[in-house]
Amino acid sequence: MSKMPTVAALVGNPNAGKSALFNALTGARQKIANYPGVTVERKAGRLLLPSGEPVELVDLPGSYGLETTSPDEEVTRKVIMGEQEGQARPDVIVLVLDSSNLEQHLVFAQEVLELGRPTVVALNMVDLAERDGLTLDPAALEAALGVPVIPTVAVRRRGLTELAAAIAEARDKPERAHDAARPHVTLPERRMLAHQMATAAILSETAKHRIHARMDKLLLHPWAGPPILFAFLFIVFQAVFSWATPFADAIDGGVSALGDLAKATIPPSLLRDLLTDGVIAGVGSVLVFLPQIIILFFFILTMEATGYMARAAFLMDRMMAGVGLSGRSFIPLLSSFACAIPGIMATRSITDPKDRLTTILIAPMMTCSARLPVYAVIIAAFIPNTKVGPGIGLQGLVLFCLYVAGIVGAMVVALVLRRSVTKGAASGFIMELPKYQLPTVKDLALGLWQRAWIFLRRAGTMIFTVTVALWILLNFPRAEPGQDQVNASVAGTLANGLSVVLEPIGFNRDMSLAIIPAMAAREVAVSSLATTYAVSASDDEDQAAMALGDQLKSRWTLPMALAFLAWFVFAPQCLSTIAVARRETNGWKWPAFMLAYLFALAYAAAGMTYWTAIAAGLG
Amino acid sequence: MTLDQLPIGMPARIASVDWSALVAEEAQRLRALGLDEGARVTLAYRGVFMGRDPLAVEIGRMTVAIRRVHALAMTVEPIAQAAA
Repeated sequence: MSKMPTVAALVGNPNAGKSALFNALTGARQKIANYPGVTVERKAGRLLLPSGEPVELVDLPGSYGLETTSPDEEVTRKVIMGEQEGQARPDVIVLVLDSSNLEQHLVFAQEVLELGRPTVVALNMVDLAERDGLTLDPAALEAALGVPVIPTVAVRRRGLTELAAAIAEARDKPERAHDAARPHVTLPERRMLAHQMATAAILSETAKHRIHARMDKLLLHPWAGPPILFAFLFIVFQAVFSWATPFADAIDGGVSALGDLAKATIPPSLLRDLLTDGVIAGVGSVLVFLPQIIILFFFILTMEATGYMARAAFLMDRMMAGVGLSGRSFIPLLSSFACAIPGIMATRSITDPKDRLTTILIAPMMTCSARLPVYAVIIAAFIPNTKVGPGIGLQGLVLFCLYVAGIVGAMVVALVLRRSVTKGAASGFIMELPKYQLPTVKDLALGLWQRAWIFLRRAGTMIFTVTVALWILLNFPRAEPGQDQVNASVAGTLANGLSVVLEPIGFNRDMSLAIIPAMAAREVAVSSLATTYAVSASDDEDQAAMALGDQLKSRWTLPMALAFLAWFVFAPQCLSTIAVARRETNGWKWPAFMLAYLFALAYAAAGMTYWTAIAAGLG
Repeated sequence: MTLDQLPIGMPARIASVDWSALVAEEAQRLRALGLDEGARVTLAYRGVFMGRDPLAVEIGRMTVAIRRVHALAMTVEPIAQAAA
């Protein structure tokens, strides 16, 4: 019989720093944040013992006890007990305790230790405890618990070798006899013991250095807190527009130069047109938005890593309760501003199933980063770059309004859904607020790099393919002399057909054309417009030289542009989101519902915007 | 007095909890977080909007957000603060 590899499992309360410890021990790359519920999926990695022997390390969802209240906690219990399908019973349990929260974390720890399995304790985040003025005595804790206690700081890689050595040692020791004679310990008794052990392990404690308490005083202040949150969010959106400009201009210049170079060096042919109008104009027009996407993700990742995200959930809870949701839904919804896919996946930490379904259904209305290129190009072309106040530009203000429109729409829909299709008891809001933490530059840089890479890969693969396909559809069949190339093409014929439906809401042929490939990825709308105008203008030297923004200005009216923006606030323009919603709701019923209501909403919103703008004399 | 009526910053002990007033899963979650009879708590923050909901409760070195409905089920006794 061949020997199975040793399995070790990381077990502990939420916010004990398990994920960070897991990363440090295995070198695996995953998202680290310190709001509860980040560890949801089974995560396994390879840890090397001092002998060089590999151990399979499993990171389990944070849990408050073996008596479970959520699907996450159920997974933890099953794995520990060896009941989880497809997961060998762990040989060694690594209990992760937050040093500054010992009294609390020792309650669950006792429950796990009572099982009598080989166990090692990682006394994690000792640096934060020291910052809080708490000096601990690991030896005293070790004596009280009867298992090895190793002080660790996952983010600084402190204590990792010692922990690996302790895991090896615990595995080689026989299982401690399960103390059957010991009477069943009740929760209050465990809590009392936890208090005694924690008190004994604390050498000195000064209360005044609790930085997070002082920060909460301001950030959770009933009157100061919400305005700070809104001001912060407003700054984020202003920054996305203004900080990115120099970088975006540089990329834009580079793309134009590349196009000119190709035009100058390659003899005129259809292939050259494919390269310049299709590839360079199309992919380049999306690439320009990389700086904005990086800036937006920088703020979201920072909020998660510092612990402010959970405060935002606290501040938003009352508002969310108004539409039948809880502050817990705020975290997935805010993530959806970057991308609805991780947002929908983050709903797994919502315990109430109806709550969770509602959050999934409204998540696509949060303005994701893929919509940013569409908004940005239209706003830059049609909204004058004037100041409406100190530091507040009109363009940024319009962008902010588009985000607000999505939020308000989502809230109204949630309100309606909670009273109809997802009716149920009002859900509560119980959530631990993690300690504030300085994000490490490395984790932040890694997270940003991952986002940037995903975006570039999309630009290089999906957006490239769709753009080239569109260019081919736009160029064939070839137009007769004197006929418009776009109208003659396959794509033009399709769009002209669709226009019949979309004309009443102000869409012209090119707009109808743009929203078809945008189903693959929203930002493709921009490259589609760029390719379409490059194709139709290629006979006219003056027009061909115009930037996309100027092209739009010469062909669209302001009401049309606004209707296009309104469409993109609501339209379910992303197949990946639909696919992930199907996976998370186990069927096509809810994604189909989502598609139907979002298209209806987009159509109504675009139509209303168009006719209101016409009536207001903006056309 | 119930936990939602406790003045901000005043340490108190949870004297009793009417578990029957709470949803079973939420009751368990609160217990798991240590919000149980005998626990020492301090009310740290209250929301500003209607109903002054939710509440942030300090228990040990942990801060936990709960709704007012949960606090209503918890009867607390203020602890006389020792002269500093």
